[in-house]
Amino acid sequence: MSTLEIKDLRVSVTTDDEDKEILKGVTLTIKEGETHAIMGPNGSGKSTLAYSIAGHPKYKVTSGTVTLDGEDVLAMTVDQRARAGLFLAMQYPVEVPGVSVANFLRTAKTAIDGEAPKLRTWVKDVNTALEELNLDPSFAQRSVNEGFSGGEKKRHEIAQLELLNPRMAVLDETDSGLDIDALKIVAEGVNRFRAQKGKGVVLITHYTRILRYIEPDFVHVFVAGRIAEQGGPELAEQLEAEGYDKYVKAAAV
Amino acid sequence: MTAVADALEIERVESHLHPEGSFEVDDHAVPTGREEIWRFTPLKRLRGLHADAALDGSAVGAEYDGPEGVVVEKLDAGNPALGSSGFVPTDRIAARVWHEARQRYAVTIPAEAELDRPVVVTVTGTDTEPASATHAVINAGAHSRATVVLRFVGSATLADIVEVVVGDGAELTVVSLDDWGDDAVHVGHRHAMVGRDARFKHVDVSFGGEVVRHDTTAEFAGPGGDIEMLGLYFADAGQHIEHRLFVDHTAPKTKSRVTYKGALQGGGAHTVWIGNVLIRKVAEGIDTYEENRNLVLTDGCQADSVPNLEIETGEILGAGHASATGRFDDEQLFYLRSRGIAEDEARRLVVHGFFNDLIRRIAVPELEEQLAATVEAELAKNVLATPASRGDES
Ligand SMILES: Nc1ncnc2c1ncn2[C@@H]1O[C@H](COP(=O)(O)OP(=O)(O)OP(=O)(O)O)[C@@H](O)[C@H]1O
Ligand SMILES: [Mg+2]
Repeated sequence: MSTLEIKDLRVSVTTDDEDKEILKGVTLTIKEGETHAIMGPNGSGKSTLAYSIAGHPKYKVTSGTVTLDGEDVLAMTVDQRARAGLFLAMQYPVEVPGVSVANFLRTAKTAIDGEAPKLRTWVKDVNTALEELNLDPSFAQRSVNEGFSGGEKKRHEIAQLELLNPRMAVLDETDSGLDIDALKIVAEGVNRFRAQKGKGVVLITHYTRILRYIEPDFVHVFVAGRIAEQGGPELAEQLEAEGYDKYVKAAAV
Repeated sequence: MTAVADALEIERVESHLHPEGSFEVDDHAVPTGREEIWRFTPLKRLRGLHADAALDGSAVGAEYDGPEGVVVEKLDAGNPALGSSGFVPTDRIAARVWHEARQRYAVTIPAEAELDRPVVVTVTGTDTEPASATHAVINAGAHSRATVVLRFVGSATLADIVEVVVGDGAELTVVSLDDWGDDAVHVGHRHAMVGRDARFKHVDVSFGGEVVRHDTTAEFAGPGGDIEMLGLYFADAGQHIEHRLFVDHTAPKTKSRVTYKGALQGGGAHTVWIGNVLIRKVAEGIDTYEENRNLVLTDGCQADSVPNLEIETGEILGAGHASATGRFDDEQLFYLRSRGIAEDEARRLVVHGFFNDLIRRIAVPELEEQLAATVEAELAKNVLATPASRGDES
């Protein structure tokens, strides 16, 4: 039974020599088989939550805990977290010049599995994953994310999700910047992933659009570094109609 | 034909890019370090090459391996082949080598010969004292195709001149590989005269040596020539690697591409890249681009990078330059590590990525593997050591 448990997480970033608290006590439990949507206005701290779970060095956890099946995630290095089964699809995937997608994927797969993938099946797997996300096989020879369009970068993130097949996936605005066809392709990828046993998904988004293709079990409203409200899929509909105003006002009080 | 010949009458241009040369040693004062061309160089560590240290050493030997048809011969002082590239010393060290070189030799590729494997000259130093001087002339006959590799290994204090004459329509690649031991000092001068419609690729790889300074200059003997200068260097703690380049567009419709990339690691690692390009009035329709990128891997390193373009005609196809020195990109590291890749492996991927396109452009298959392996070995020295284990060592 895989469980990602976030308890009273407080996180700061350092800007101009002063610490600014961005996450102000986040508590959230994701069990395997569940999909949680996190929705909230710009700057509310959604990416900060995602990066903190992944271990980005810029974000300093000041208190609280994050555990995966009881193991202390915060004590792990970035790569240990990935090997423990966490995956972050980034809002802004990073370009790595001169490193081919093929080399990158093979190195990552080898690191996560602890052994090199079998050559013959692996090449097939990579081609299939790329094709399913409507990426031409020639992408394997290109440098990681370099010169990719916004949509191609996002689809490349989901191709990695499928190939690396983690236990818990945090998808940070994977839907933004995608046209409707690309959105469907990405949603199908996420749905293939979560159809497997033992997988959990955190889906960070601004729009209910993607939730029509990936139905969440829970919806959380994220405002000013906290979860302001939680509910089922109907909460998303309500947010679409009413916006975040009432939560933002309440948080400002 | 006369029109072209007339057009090629080169005017004198007042510019610090090409100081008046002289073969007379006494015309070149002993540098003090304040001169523009010497201000980056640690003169104190040159073991007197720039002053009056004897250059009569015999601690440097050359071995030659190459396909049939290539002629390698010793030259006596005064042989007309010496200077056939149009080389004129513009500093004291070059003038001294001109007069005092103990070994002078020529590598000649006959016209229209197409070599099926590289000519390899391995220069091996056995001692840093006394200093030595050599003078080589590589001549690629018209329409020939060849690759010449000069490999420098061992210990030495060496000042040398390598002249290159690329015949009309020839395609020549010269690879200079400084793979010295840690105690070598090497001041090299290279000059190429590139013929009509000829292609010249110069690859300068510098890994080893305590102080390495290369002045590499090139000009065109006729229109349509193409020069590509590629450089790859890796400076470790205390190492000084300096490249001074000058492409003189002396003919119309010529092209030059200069790309140098370097990595620095360890306290006192210092690299210098001076990229000078002059586009003369006659050089209409030319195209040039020069680029230098440095990757700083640790604290305590210094990378100086000065591109310099002088344009005397507006009738050109293109002219540009770029220079950038950056630290290791933490976002790239984070991205790779977030996919499970351990830190040392991630660093290695990023550095290989940095050099990758350059190594591909060198396009000498016999060397590619060796270069990748050498980069790997350099990385193993430092980058792969995590900050923690680095602490353990000290
Ligand atoms: N590295 C950083 N340095 C300084 N401030 C930061 C940094 N990262 C985040 N912040 C600040 O923290 C706040 C939350 O940012 P975050 O990116 O987490 O928001 P978000 O909810 O993901 O917004 P969006 O919907 O626009 O993606 C913002 O005010 C942002 O400016
Ligand atoms: Mg965000």
